[in-house]
Amino acid sequence: MTLDQRTEAIQQVRAGLSVLVYPLQYAVNIPAQLLDRAGESLTSRQRLQEENEALRRENAALRSQLQKLTFIETENRQLRELLQSAKRVGDRVLIAELLAVDLDPYRKAVVINKGSHDDSLYPGQPLVDAYGVMGKLIHVNPWSSTAMLITDPNHALPVQVARNGLRAIAVGIGTEDQLELQHLPNNADVRKGDLLVTSGLGCVFPAGYPVGKVTRVEINPRLPFARIVVAPSAHLTRSREVLLVWPGQSERPGDPCAFGKPRDDT
Amino acid sequence: MSLARHQGGGVVVLTFIGAFALAIVPLPESLEIYRPEWVTLALIYWTMALPARVGVAIGWVIGLLLDVLRDTLLGQYALALALVAFLTLHLHQRLRVFPLWQQAMGVFVLVMLQGLVVIWIKGLIGQSPGLWAVIAPALASALIWPAVYLYLRHLRRRYQVA
Repeated sequence: MTLDQRTEAIQQVRAGLSVLVYPLQYAVNIPAQLLDRAGESLTSRQRLQEENEALRRENAALRSQLQKLTFIETENRQLRELLQSAKRVGDRVLIAELLAVDLDPYRKAVVINKGSHDDSLYPGQPLVDAYGVMGKLIHVNPWSSTAMLITDPNHALPVQVARNGLRAIAVGIGTEDQLELQHLPNNADVRKGDLLVTSGLGCVFPAGYPVGKVTRVEINPRLPFARIVVAPSAHLTRSREVLLVWPGQSERPGDPCAFGKPRDDT
Repeated sequence: MSLARHQGGGVVVLTFIGAFALAIVPLPESLEIYRPEWVTLALIYWTMALPARVGVAIGWVIGLLLDVLRDTLLGQYALALALVAFLTLHLHQRLRVFPLWQQAMGVFVLVMLQGLVVIWIKGLIGQSPGLWAVIAPALASALIWPAVYLYLRHLRRRYQVA
C-alpha cells in the first residue's frame, strides 16, 4: 500500500488487474447505454426535426463566432510576438465517454472508456466537457482510465477571476456542485456571478478554460478569509461525453511548464 | 481433497462477479452511501458455508480486485477483506447456528470493522470520510443480510456446492 501511495511501481499491477475487471465495468455500463439508445430511437420524428433545427441554428451561431475567433487569435499571436511573450498553441483533444459506474463512495471520481491502448494518455491530464473543466486523470489503464473530479476533497485547481485576473485556488469540498475559493481576504474583489477560468499556473490545466461561477460570497469579519462558494460550470453529474485535452506546448525556452509530459510527482 | 469436495466452484465465482457488479452499479448520489457492501456479504456467506475452501487468501484476492474496481489504494480492501474472512473463519461455527437476526448483527460488526480498516488507511493518506460513511453501509448490509443469506443458501443447495 505504501508502494502504491508513494511510487509508481505498482501502477503496472493495477493496470494488469484492471484489464480483468474492465469487462465488468463495461457490462454494468450496458443498461445505462441501452437506456440512452432507447431514448434516442423512441423520440418522435417531430422532436428530432426540432432538435435538428435547433442544433443547426446553434451551429450557425457558433460558426460566425468562430470566424471572429480565428481573426482574434491571429491578432493575439501577433500582439504576443510584439511583446515577445510565449506563444499559445492550440490544444489537442480526444473525445471519451463516461462509463456509468460508481467508484469509492468517499471520493468524487469517474471512469472513462479511453486508456493507454487508445492514445498517449497520462496521469494528470486535464478532462473537460462542453461547459468547463471536469477534473484530471489519476490512473491510466489499458482500456479505461479514472479521473478525479474538481469537486473531490483532494482536488485543488488554480483559477483566476475572468473579470479582473485575481488569482485563487478552487478546492473541492466533496459535495456535488460546489467548490470553494480558499485564502482570499475579506476585501478581495470577488462578486457573486463572477466567472472563474483556469489560470494555467500549476502546469496541469491549460489557461482559459471556464471553471465555474461564484454563487455566494460570505464575509464574516471574525474570520480571516472570506467564504466563497463556486458552482462548477461543467455538468459533472450529467455529462456523458467528455474531452481529454493535451495542452499545447509552450514555445518559450525554459518555460516552467513542460506540458504533455507526466510529471514525476503526479 | 477429493474431487467430490470441489463441487460447484463456478457458482461461488458467479456470485462474486454478481457482487462486484452490484458494488459499482450507479446509484443516485443521496443513496450512494447506503450501498450495502455486497462483496463483503458474499465473502462472509461463502466463508461461513465453505470454510475449507473460502478463507483469508480468497478474501485478500477479492479485496485486491475490489481495490482495482473502485480505484482505491491498492491493498486497502485486500487487507480489510482478509481481516473479515479471518474473523468469519474464526466464528463460522457460532455464526452458523445463530438465528438470522443475530447473524445480521454479526454481519453489522464485521462490515463495520472492514469500514474502520478502510477509514483508518484513508486517514493515513489524508482523505478521511465521516464516521457515518462507515456506519451507513454496515447498517444497510445488516438489513439486507437475511435476504442475501437465504438467496445464497438456496443457490448452494440447488447446485450442491460443497
